[in-house]
Amino acid sequence: MDVVLATAWLRAVAESVTADADELTKLDSAIGDGDHGVNLRRGFTAVTALLDGTAFTGVGDVFVRAGGTLVSRVGGASGPLYGSAFRALGKALPPGPVVSLPDLAGALRAGLDAVTRLGGAAPGDKTIVDAFRPAVAAFEEAVAGGAALPEAAAGAARAAGDGARATISLTARKGRASYLGERSAGHQDPGATSTWLIFQALADVTAP
Amino acid sequence: MKKFINEPDDVVAEALAGLAAAHPELRVDANERYVARSDAPRQGKVALVSGGGSGHEPLHGGFVGPGMLDAACPGEIFTSPVPDQILAATKAVDGGAGVVHVVKNYTGDVMNFQLAAELAADEGLTVETVLVDDDVAVENSTWTAGRRGTGATLLVEKIAGALAEEGGKLGEVAAIGREVNAASASFAYALTAGTTPAAGRPGFDLPADEIEVGVGIHGEPGRRREKLRPARELVRSALDAILEAKPVDRGDRVIVLVNGLGGTPLIELYLVYGEVATVLAERGIEIGRRLVGNYVTSLDMAGLSITVTRATGEMLRLFDAPVRTPGLRWGA
Repeated sequence: MDVVLATAWLRAVAESVTADADELTKLDSAIGDGDHGVNLRRGFTAVTALLDGTAFTGVGDVFVRAGGTLVSRVGGASGPLYGSAFRALGKALPPGPVVSLPDLAGALRAGLDAVTRLGGAAPGDKTIVDAFRPAVAAFEEAVAGGAALPEAAAGAARAAGDGARATISLTARKGRASYLGERSAGHQDPGATSTWLIFQALADVTAP
Repeated sequence: MKKFINEPDDVVAEALAGLAAAHPELRVDANERYVARSDAPRQGKVALVSGGGSGHEPLHGGFVGPGMLDAACPGEIFTSPVPDQILAATKAVDGGAGVVHVVKNYTGDVMNFQLAAELAADEGLTVETVLVDDDVAVENSTWTAGRRGTGATLLVEKIAGALAEEGGKLGEVAAIGREVNAASASFAYALTAGTTPAAGRPGFDLPADEIEVGVGIHGEPGRRREKLRPARELVRSALDAILEAKPVDRGDRVIVLVNGLGGTPLIELYLVYGEVATVLAERGIEIGRRLVGNYVTSLDMAGLSITVTRATGEMLRLFDAPVRTPGLRWGA
């Protein structure tokens, strides 16, 4: 991955969360407070503005600064969580304008670790983690098996989608949806859904 | 959606501009997004900073002033403020005696205030955090994000703010804030959902004869739905839950808050307060102080919360201390 691809990924995320803002908001209204789509649209719009006006020193720099922008602009739980994920991802990458696939796999794992450390969610709690964790695992497995980036990204997106859909039957144990108790079951988690969009965007921009 | 707004995205900024215009005694920083006492920082005084999503007015901006908060950080509607905002407010009001962050227990609020406190510590400021989690409709267990901060936030800010105003030390101000929270329990009902300007429709739909039981203040549905019952029965159920979670002995004095969630007429709040007074009298509990009104709201939600705080003499004394804010004002 190079700087151009890194910025293309983040732009694709911005387009995706903007296009699906209403859908995310609808999911969030069912079990939360109905602002997930609006918050991510605001955050990634700010990230797009950052990309337009910055000369980055490397791939890691793109993600560190994008993460900082999300922390500063989104608020709620998703701002610190996604912001910390991208910051950790960026910090885990070696400096330079191009990074290898194994480096990227390791950095995605660091991003996931940052989310679980900050949010304290375990698999099955009906959160971002339920899409993020299988996506990282699928990416790592594909890279270990010698896959190229498009294939690894597509596998990660599929795994994130499966994970997001599997949250429908879960009862939330973290975040605002946990206040609903068993009533949170039957609805797809908005955080897991936006994580799916993020990995789908990576698959889309790397597709041959 | 019918609201007195211009563009949904501009509601928070334009409401802040209006607050600034209406209250020249406050300093509203539109850029950094905080509301502060105009005489802040006060050297040697412990500063109180709170904040949270907008849509709960007068909480928190309406409680900034002598005797209460030094600054408040309003986030987007129902969304916690960001760390930059909280850090800016903390630095703006720090008078060298430390800063207390009053934080309602929601995942986003906790994370953003924690990040801000870490940044403040890096800059050499001392911050103590008081977490408010009084809503007993939520089980406090590993199965949830923990009890929510609701009506008791007002009492924590009032009582801790009074102690800070009279020269309490950082540890003392934080301690009494935690004590008030530990002594408080709240329970809420909703008749209708609120509508956020961004969503444009109510957060949930309710049949004409049903209510949400155990709602929070962010438009999320409650623990369950029930048929609407007479107010006297709803009050008894709420007080059963409150007094089971935080028992109050016969002869104890309490502070009672009957709080409207934004769309409930005052006539109903007073009717409910009357029922609360009846039930507490039966149990031999003395209401030392009370507040009835819209203090911790959820936009236009028709609903109410009841908070009972088992009060020490010191809490009552500090509750009575002068306060001069847009939302609460007496003795000053």
